[in-house]
Amino acid sequence: MAKALALGAPGTRLGNWFYGDRKPEHGPITLGHRRVYIMPTRIGMMFAATLLIMLVGSINYVLSLGFMLTFLLGGLALAGMVHTVRNLARLVIVSGRAEPVFAGEAAQFRIYIENPAPWVRPAVMVRHEASGAQMVADIPASATAEIVLQVPAGPRGWLPLNRVRLETRYPIGLFRAWSYVQPDYRCLVYPRPEKSALPPSSPDAHFGSRQAATQGTDDFSSLRTYQLADSPRHVAWKAVARSDDMLTKQFTGDASAELWLDWGLLPGGLDLEVNLSRLAGWVLASEAASLRYGLRVPGVSIEPSQGDTHRAACLTALALFEARGGAGGQSA
Amino acid sequence: MSAVLAHPLAPEQRAVTGRDLAWLCGCLVFVMTPHALRVPWWLTVFAICLFGWRTYLAIAQRRLPSVWLLVLLAVIGMVAIGLEYRTIFGRASGIALLMVFSGLKLLEMRTHRDATMVVFLCYFLVLTNFLFTQSIQTALVMFGALIAITGALVSFSAPQRSPLANLRTAGLLLLHAIPIAAVLFVLFPRVQGPLWGMPQDAYSGVTGLTDTMSPGTLSQLSISDAIAFRALFKGPKPSPRQLYWRGPVLWDYDGRTWRTGPRRWRQADDVSGGEAKFEYTVVLEPHNRNWLFALETAASLPPNSWLSNDGQILSNSEIRSRMRYDMVSLAGGRRDLEETPGSLARATILPVGFNPRTLAMAQEWRAKYRTDAAIVQHAITWLRDQRFVYTLLPPALGRDSVDEFLFDTKRGFCEHFASAFVVLMRSAGVPSRVVTGYQGGEFNPLDDYITVRQSEAHAWVEVYVAPQGWVRIDPTAVSMPGRVDSGMANSVPSGDPVPYLMRVDLAWLKSMRYNWEALTNRWNLWVLGYNTERQREFLARIGFSDADWRNLATMLVTAVGLIIVALLAWSLKRLVRPDPVQQLWQAFCRKLAAAGVSREPHEGPRDFTTRAAQRFPGLAATIVSVGERYMALRYGAVRHDADFAELKRSVKEFHPA
Repeated sequence: MAKALALGAPGTRLGNWFYGDRKPEHGPITLGHRRVYIMPTRIGMMFAATLLIMLVGSINYVLSLGFMLTFLLGGLALAGMVHTVRNLARLVIVSGRAEPVFAGEAAQFRIYIENPAPWVRPAVMVRHEASGAQMVADIPASATAEIVLQVPAGPRGWLPLNRVRLETRYPIGLFRAWSYVQPDYRCLVYPRPEKSALPPSSPDAHFGSRQAATQGTDDFSSLRTYQLADSPRHVAWKAVARSDDMLTKQFTGDASAELWLDWGLLPGGLDLEVNLSRLAGWVLASEAASLRYGLRVPGVSIEPSQGDTHRAACLTALALFEARGGAGGQSA
Repeated sequence: MSAVLAHPLAPEQRAVTGRDLAWLCGCLVFVMTPHALRVPWWLTVFAICLFGWRTYLAIAQRRLPSVWLLVLLAVIGMVAIGLEYRTIFGRASGIALLMVFSGLKLLEMRTHRDATMVVFLCYFLVLTNFLFTQSIQTALVMFGALIAITGALVSFSAPQRSPLANLRTAGLLLLHAIPIAAVLFVLFPRVQGPLWGMPQDAYSGVTGLTDTMSPGTLSQLSISDAIAFRALFKGPKPSPRQLYWRGPVLWDYDGRTWRTGPRRWRQADDVSGGEAKFEYTVVLEPHNRNWLFALETAASLPPNSWLSNDGQILSNSEIRSRMRYDMVSLAGGRRDLEETPGSLARATILPVGFNPRTLAMAQEWRAKYRTDAAIVQHAITWLRDQRFVYTLLPPALGRDSVDEFLFDTKRGFCEHFASAFVVLMRSAGVPSRVVTGYQGGEFNPLDDYITVRQSEAHAWVEVYVAPQGWVRIDPTAVSMPGRVDSGMANSVPSGDPVPYLMRVDLAWLKSMRYNWEALTNRWNLWVLGYNTERQREFLARIGFSDADWRNLATMLVTAVGLIIVALLAWSLKRLVRPDPVQQLWQAFCRKLAAAGVSREPHEGPRDFTTRAAQRFPGLAATIVSVGERYMALRYGAVRHDADFAELKRSVKEFHPA
């Protein structure tokens, strides 16, 4: 079957002529019956051979009921063909949201398959053509099934979903019906983070780059409401005596600082992708260490901050970074 | 990571479950049981062992046996079948092989692909059942089997669904298959089989008359309810006394067995005399002989047949499928006014040294009465005066069987009467011969057909009397007149076994039986008897005379295509009209999109209405309420009509900036 598919597979010229050279489609995609293709399976061929033998036997032994049986099974195959198309036709494919992933991980493409019909559509396979990621689902009557395609994320940047094949052999396995969709659906791939020590705060960073961003134990800075996890040594007992509230003394440490993750801090002579990987690693490390950090790469500068949104902004910048005007590894 | 993963829909990659196995075993047992009762006992035991072994392996979760062991078992099975049947080709041995192979196939069934092969085997086994019987009952039972087998096929495509749901799908599929099957049945160009030489045993086990008669032949046949033929009369119906259906004529006697001997073709010249003319159609069951039965005396010949010198109609080929022919007969008509001396001499030959008492009595009569006619007349009187008993259970007879029957036991069946009478006549020098065939028949008031069963097989006598030619004498009727007038059941002593359908039944039972037989007759004519001629006849009736196979193929493809298009239209019809609630929601989304707020694919109704409400604060209340109503109607447990009307109104009146 792999051979049969290769000839006229989507992407080839013949395939594009046959399936239509489709651009990625936006919004819900309905599988009209014109988009559903059908071919007998190898089992179907064997069934045809069995029927032929039965027909010859019926003729030879003059078995009227034999003819009846053979024709009934022939009818079964043809009715089965219609039912196989019916199992796929007019499904509606809706793209979900794919959370960004790091290169080397698997992108989780969520696809919702809506079944407008009042009958169940069993055993529908959804397969990502390029990677072979696939899932089989029974789509309940007048309901929606969620499919997650785990597509391996390659290099950083946008990962388009590309062609997805929907296939079914239900109900009799003698035919397979399939259809291709290419939703306008992509997933952001961050550079693969490289684990390395954080750089020292850069000389051209904000003065006072070690402002109170992280909690330390050295200098007292303020009081806040006691929380269960706080050490009893930090409870402001004097203040507690004055008021009804439990208060905890807050300190800022020496290590807490504001950090610029700067292209210029990278050692020279490294490849662009290696540099981006290191920067991504620093972003993660800074976030883990609860530092306030900013990102500065050629063309992009993100003010220091912290939190998930900030982290996402930094990683997105790295993912979509394009070396401009010969801005290789060293130019900045 | 680019390695292509296994195809989850490919049957060769899915393992067979215990449920699949149980289902398939059930199907196989269902379709093989009729065969299991026919084949030698050891074969049934062998097949049961194979099934049991596979079941045990599945329950104990053991590995399946190696290929070599299976090959060995297959060879052993083939050798044993070859020894039993003396061949491995042919119908009976073929079925025996199928039984063994289906057991072995179960033992190497690992994936759904193998299981599908077993399903195909089941379909084929259904077909083999039709080699033995094609009755309405068989058809119904096998249709049930077909639903179960197809259910197995469906379950391989959807392993998660319940067996009941799969059965329902199988039933629906078969229901959709019926119109296609009907069109194919009617229009598929029929080829008159067989395509090649039939295996020797193809028609074994067909009951019916034979070309020999010895004590016990006909009485064996007489306890069979199997139908020999049916006849439909146009115009007047014959009386029971006229229902003599002529079959093989037996000339040669060896002291125990009567045989037909060589037959010659003769000119079918006109029949003279006769008291009544009957026109009728005979529907003859296959009996693997070339005999065509007709009322005495046949005045016409069906196509492709000839008349023998002793008045039997013979077809050019053996009757291997149900056959219809039109006949004209003249009751009491004569054809053989003159007979060749050779035939007359042959009709007086007796084996030497048998039945001395009969010979002595006959020669005494010869001396006493001078003409053949007088001797015949005296014999009839003598037969009537002796108190003979008509019974299906006559005592065993020794070497001089006619002597013993006529003078000692005096109990016998029609073959005893006929045989004894001819021996008596020949001993007296009167040319005579035995005629076998059927006498009687049951008239079905529902469809006007007369049904003649094997139990009506009969033997009578013809004597040659000079001016008249061959004259029929029924010695059974002479001594037991009731046999002919009111049927066998009234003639035999109570306590003798009588075929079930021959008994004098209750009225309601009889009417039920008539209904059933009328249905069976129609089934035989239109379903089982549908052949090349019937097809041509049918097509001519619907306006396509002289349709050749090309016309048939065109009509066939057109009709099947139309049915498929109709099926497709049916299956998509319920899809094109979406839910009205959904339609309203889509209209609402379109209006908002036109106003600049389009719903993202992943956005649920709640998120979307919240966003839209922020964008159009003036319409916020309406937008939120539409969202709420839509969700209640679409996902709520109960649909309220008031909610729907309100949703419809709000969407209609909704006009964002």
